[in-house]
Amino acid sequence: MPLINSPAELDTFREDILSQRDPNKPCITLCSGSACHATGSHDVAARLAEELEKQGLAKEVDIRRTGCHGFCERGPIIVIHPDEICYFQIQPDDVPEIITETIKGKKVIERLVYDDPATNEKIVQESKIPFYKHQQRLVFGSNSSVDPKSIDDYLAIGGYNALAKALDRMTDEEVLEEIKKSNLRGRGGGGFPAGRKWEGSRNDPEPVKYVIVNADEGDPGAYMDRSLLEGNPHAILEGLTLGAYAIGAHEGYIYVRQEYPLAVENVHTAIRLAEEYGFLGKNILGSGFDFEVKVHKGAGAFVCGESTALMTALEGRVGEPRPKYIRSNIKGLWEKPSVLNNVETWANVPMIINKGADWFTEHGTETSKGTKIFSLVGKITNTGLVEVPMGTPLKDIIFKIGGGIPGGRKFKAVQTGGPSGGCIPEDQLDLPVGFDELTKAGSMMGSGGMIVMDEDTCMVDVARYFIEFLTDESCGKCVPCREGLRQMLKILTNITQGKGKEGDIELLEALSETAMEAALCALGKSAPNPFLSTLRYFREEYEAHINEKRCPALSCKELINYYIDPTKCKACRMCFRKCPANAIDSAKNKVHIIDQEKCTKCGTCFEVCPPKFGAVTKISGQPVPPPVPEEERTIRKSKDK
Amino acid sequence: MNNAKIDQIIDQHDGEASSLIQVLLQIQSENNWLPKEALERVSQRLDVPLTRVQHIATFYKAFSLVPKGRHGVHICMGTACHVRGAARVLDAVQDQIGIHPGETDLDLNFSLETVNCLGCCALGPVVEIDGKTHGKMTPGQSADVLKQYE
Ligand SMILES: Cc1cc2nc3c(=O)[nH]c(=O)nc-3n(C[C@H](O)[C@H](O)[C@H](O)COP(=O)(O)O)c2cc1C
Ligand code: SF4
Ligand code: SF4
Ligand code: FES
Ligand code: FES
Repeated sequence: MPLINSPAELDTFREDILSQRDPNKPCITLCSGSACHATGSHDVAARLAEELEKQGLAKEVDIRRTGCHGFCERGPIIVIHPDEICYFQIQPDDVPEIITETIKGKKVIERLVYDDPATNEKIVQESKIPFYKHQQRLVFGSNSSVDPKSIDDYLAIGGYNALAKALDRMTDEEVLEEIKKSNLRGRGGGGFPAGRKWEGSRNDPEPVKYVIVNADEGDPGAYMDRSLLEGNPHAILEGLTLGAYAIGAHEGYIYVRQEYPLAVENVHTAIRLAEEYGFLGKNILGSGFDFEVKVHKGAGAFVCGESTALMTALEGRVGEPRPKYIRSNIKGLWEKPSVLNNVETWANVPMIINKGADWFTEHGTETSKGTKIFSLVGKITNTGLVEVPMGTPLKDIIFKIGGGIPGGRKFKAVQTGGPSGGCIPEDQLDLPVGFDELTKAGSMMGSGGMIVMDEDTCMVDVARYFIEFLTDESCGKCVPCREGLRQMLKILTNITQGKGKEGDIELLEALSETAMEAALCALGKSAPNPFLSTLRYFREEYEAHINEKRCPALSCKELINYYIDPTKCKACRMCFRKCPANAIDSAKNKVHIIDQEKCTKCGTCFEVCPPKFGAVTKISGQPVPPPVPEEERTIRKSKDK
Repeated sequence: MNNAKIDQIIDQHDGEASSLIQVLLQIQSENNWLPKEALERVSQRLDVPLTRVQHIATFYKAFSLVPKGRHGVHICMGTACHVRGAARVLDAVQDQIGIHPGETDLDLNFSLETVNCLGCCALGPVVEIDGKTHGKMTPGQSADVLKQYE
């Protein structure tokens, strides 16, 4: 194990690694992120190793198992270097062919490359696929070229160079100044300037200080922190160490949720290796600076992502927020100055120190610098993680990168900012993404969840969904949040069930105001946002539910019925076979009928009725037509007509 | 779970009171739930009042104070899965195994849990059973998948 004692030794060591790597040697990178793992990347890896052995190529071809490449929709993904040939949705049985055809024969296998649904064009190289082409992956890009378990891979792409530079040629104050000048704002939610937070801690006379990574990522539908920590843990450790140097901390913590086992594992490995190499521990790179990092697993409580609650949880107590009369960068963990930043925020730090604040501020908008990773999910063609410069219009993210809405459906809204954020409707899609721009539109940047909704999504139900989530997650310490949200949930649930009354909207507004005014922490204070923004842009949906007992999106279970159109039914019996409730009256060559009493509204019949018949429909706000009389149920075959 | 095993876990964490949550997490992961005797032992050894240990064991979702079933079924209710119909999948699973989220069936076969985002949103709706991820679930399919675990 090399212990690297100085920046000069690091340079030599890095050159050594690079000299042993032939850029022309074929290398297969295989995504082993969580989504690809779930779709079978592990089996593909085993098969690759086996086949290379079998075909006598084990020494001629490298395999690298990396973190998430971002395009999770199409996993498992492999990229074959140096030609950058990109294959999607690989199955283990594709492997022998890949090796004989592509590795040996240098031929591209058409069936496995990206098939652009818009143009029907086959695209071979990753960087030419629209999903990637319109991105700027400054932070996330390295994910697809390093094996998170190998520190050498990180060193090969210039890893720990920023740390060496800072310790060797910059004072702690200069590091702080660079971050301040970069105007880096926190990626975990509020967008607070990182430099200002660091400066407060640094200037406090208390000698013991802490730095903390917030990897709790409780935001449903967002997973960029997970992918970064899983895929490139050293970048976060390097950022954290730079922060520690800048403020004078010697101890750091990574608070990561236990639901992310692979992130926990990879970060443990990364810490062990960094200690062995001398990037963590005593006298880092011979500079005299000491710094150690511990991992703390979160036990599952959304509120623990809030900064004061997180620090309380780190102390081994119940994670309830406290009022912030004194900021935690002055009195935080064990009452000591503590800098807490989000995973992505820390991941930006090495890059800023490497390339300088001036380079960083060339990207982004006036008030939001750099790039942001979004988790583009929901009713969107290309689901995955995308990184774009701040200021990119929402429209470009959703349509150019995301490929628009699948199934020929219509775009309805995009929800940003998670439970504290809001929905943005179609007529605002030109909005550039940025902290202040999104807030102005009544939403938020939050952690970067971007949930796309189509015409089948009920906006009242979305508001209900977020309030339900937060009611569940409220720590219960303060009344406006504990009781207020519960009342809001009750009213919203009633509305979606057709039990809404006149005056409900006004009552919800009043409860919202109280929570925003009087709740203790941001969980309660921002909880009404999803409700208020859906009301602002989709008020007519609330009114239809309350006044007409109708769900315009045909989504709220209590307000819809499934109905078989007798003129379209071809008696194929599909719905009858699949209905789990035995609610379908079926007979050969007879129009099928749903027994509304038995129907549980699971929607299976709707899903299985062949599209060319499309006989099952959803109706809302109108009575179900009476069943066809028995004598008219027989379907005549066209030839007897 | 015997005291020797619990002591061993506590020793791994240097027996510090601040490691309470980490100790409980490890007991939970090795034993599947937290029996009363285990809480008492932890309280004694870490010198933390039993009430505080219990408060923590009930506050955090990862802990269970009752035995769990052989198969842990986790249904993702994250926003991405929600807009793709997770609620209907949950309904179907509840019908199938006859329990609500947070419950375990009488035969200790299944424990049902809802979770928020498993990081596989591209595959939503997602159901995770014993750590294996099943993606693109529909109410109909979920019944077939569950049958594999009976
Ligand atoms: C209820 C609640 C949950 C939060 N959850 C997270 C989280 O999971 N991850 C995160 O980085 N920040 C979360 N935050 C924001 C943090 O309190 C804090 O502002 C942030 O981690 C600071 O880092 P940043 O300045 O780098 O963004 C949450 C805030 C609230 C109020
Ligand atoms: S909605 Fe579900 S229960 Fe009702 S008829 Fe269709 S398949 Fe059967
Ligand atoms: S699946 Fe459609 S066409 Fe076939 S029997 Fe049912 S309603 Fe008729
Ligand atoms: S996990 Fe493979 S692309 Fe995201
Ligand atoms: S919302 Fe279900 S996996 Fe992300």
